[in-house]
Amino acid sequence: MSEAAMTQTDIDVAIQLIGMHKWYGEFHVLKDINLTVERGEKIVVCGPSGSGKSTMIRCINRLEEHQQGQIIVDGIELTNDVKKIDEIRREVGMVFQHFNLFPHLTVLENCTLAPIWVRKTPKAEAEATAMKFLERVKIPEQAMKYPGQLSGGQQQRVAIARSLCMNPRIMLFDEPTSALDPEMISEVLDTMISLAEEGMTMICVTHEMGFAKTVADRVLFMDAGEIIEQAPPQEFFENPQSERTQLFLSQILHNG
Amino acid sequence: MAIVKTERHEDLPPPVSQTGVIGWMRENLFSSPLNALLTVVSIYVIWGALSSIISYAFINANFVGETREDCTGTGACWVFIKARFGQIMYGFYPVEERWRVDVGYILAAIGLFLVLSDFVKNKKWPAIYTFVVVPIVCYFLFYGGSFGLEVVETSQWGGLFLTLVLASVSIFVALPLGIVLALGRRSTMPIVRMLCVGFIEFVRGVPLITVLFMASVMLPLFLPEGMNFDKLIRALVGMSLFSAAYMAEVVRGGLQAIPKGQTEAASSLGLGYWKAMGLIVLPQALKISIPSIVNTFIGLFKDTTLVLIIGLLDLLSIVKAGTTDKEWVGMATEGYVFVAAVFWVFCFSMSRYSIWLENKLHTGHKR
Repeated sequence: MSEAAMTQTDIDVAIQLIGMHKWYGEFHVLKDINLTVERGEKIVVCGPSGSGKSTMIRCINRLEEHQQGQIIVDGIELTNDVKKIDEIRREVGMVFQHFNLFPHLTVLENCTLAPIWVRKTPKAEAEATAMKFLERVKIPEQAMKYPGQLSGGQQQRVAIARSLCMNPRIMLFDEPTSALDPEMISEVLDTMISLAEEGMTMICVTHEMGFAKTVADRVLFMDAGEIIEQAPPQEFFENPQSERTQLFLSQILHNG
Repeated sequence: MAIVKTERHEDLPPPVSQTGVIGWMRENLFSSPLNALLTVVSIYVIWGALSSIISYAFINANFVGETREDCTGTGACWVFIKARFGQIMYGFYPVEERWRVDVGYILAAIGLFLVLSDFVKNKKWPAIYTFVVVPIVCYFLFYGGSFGLEVVETSQWGGLFLTLVLASVSIFVALPLGIVLALGRRSTMPIVRMLCVGFIEFVRGVPLITVLFMASVMLPLFLPEGMNFDKLIRALVGMSLFSAAYMAEVVRGGLQAIPKGQTEAASSLGLGYWKAMGLIVLPQALKISIPSIVNTFIGLFKDTTLVLIIGLLDLLSIVKAGTTDKEWVGMATEGYVFVAAVFWVFCFSMSRYSIWLENKLHTGHKR
């Protein structure tokens, strides 16, 4: 126990993927993924659809199972041990493309559910924390509404607040703005930028290249289940090395 | 040339022809000559049927008297129901002990009111009272044998009382068991899944009558000598298991309608399987299954009449037995109309309650 606590404070590596492979049946989705994310680092993952970006980050909190290699999150290796999986999930927040708010609960209940039931936080305290984070994402006045009564951008900000209520050390974003109307994208990105400025460790799968340029420490390009290229944003956008990266960038920057 | 609108158009009330009673009738009943004709014909047919029913059941009916000789009118002879009312309600439950059934009814009614209505917000204690205390108290009340209460054998139970016992026990067993079976059928553990699939498919594949018949006639053959269950208990077990299998499929339908993202979001927050199911997935799945769940309840309530086959005297059987009485020959119509009315009142109440519940649980737009 004390050893684990020590290693956690000592290491400045938040996530480590070593030689990770994954198959869906016969289909080889992820091929030899090696990635080290330092504490406080912000990584943006991009690539064409079906390249395995989402699958990779979903492996980090075990929403998907990997078949080969190692995943170490916060000093804990992911195995079939359910206890360890739950332990990691408590520390890793995730924001989904389709928000996945709980429609039968109010915004406030969405935010307090996990702290109350998983962390055993007293209700009053959990509600105070939830209101704090709802204020941070600038929608405290919606606390008593149901998710179905909010706009997409508001729902996504609630989803971010819901994750933050668990005080995660790492945040995963799985295409958080892809399902939003254009006019709502910036409100979600602003929230993410302010989160990044506070030093949160983040991995974002996104096609928002402006966001990548502003906050990312490193940009990863994935294609056909492999990490093809990774570089700091400036280098990545101005001087991409691989042909596939160049092609991808020319396509998305041409449109956007 | 650019067009720019500088003023906003104000909101106007809708045209009069679209609102109010006249507007509604013009829109729905008399929108075309054919529809007008259909409306008139329908009103004529409905009036004809309704008026003869009313004159049979009320205007020309006989309410006063003791025997069939008092039935002099052309309509229904409700004297038959009146004369046998005690038996129809309680079966052969001893007259001087019937207060015990009434007390049970009142206790259960209070509990159901507290749990089902909106008056009490915190349902914890009402639920414990209704689903734990009331069943235990009712068992001792109805069967007796302790606290100075005389034993009333289940063979003496009957009428509406027996119907309600059968229906409520089966309903309260079938729903939780059905949920467990539905979760089991979707489980990733192969043995659990196989057991649940096997049970559901077997029970669903045979008629309820055969289940009851097997429970009452064949089960005793397989049990060791001297070990025997009460006939009512066997019927209860048979009916509960039968409806649980149906309930399992209804609940599974609801579970499948919940997007996978809900479970994933719950998992990503660190909720384990049972918490994710109990707090996130089941509340939503049960909510969308309410119409089908109540549908199953209503079917189950009416299926209790099948216990006739194993010789239990429920509401229908006891009325039917009454019509074969020499003194009341020819009263079958009155008997069946009365039974139908009683069943309808219960089933319609369940239906209205489910609609009310659906509206109450509705939380904004669905995605």
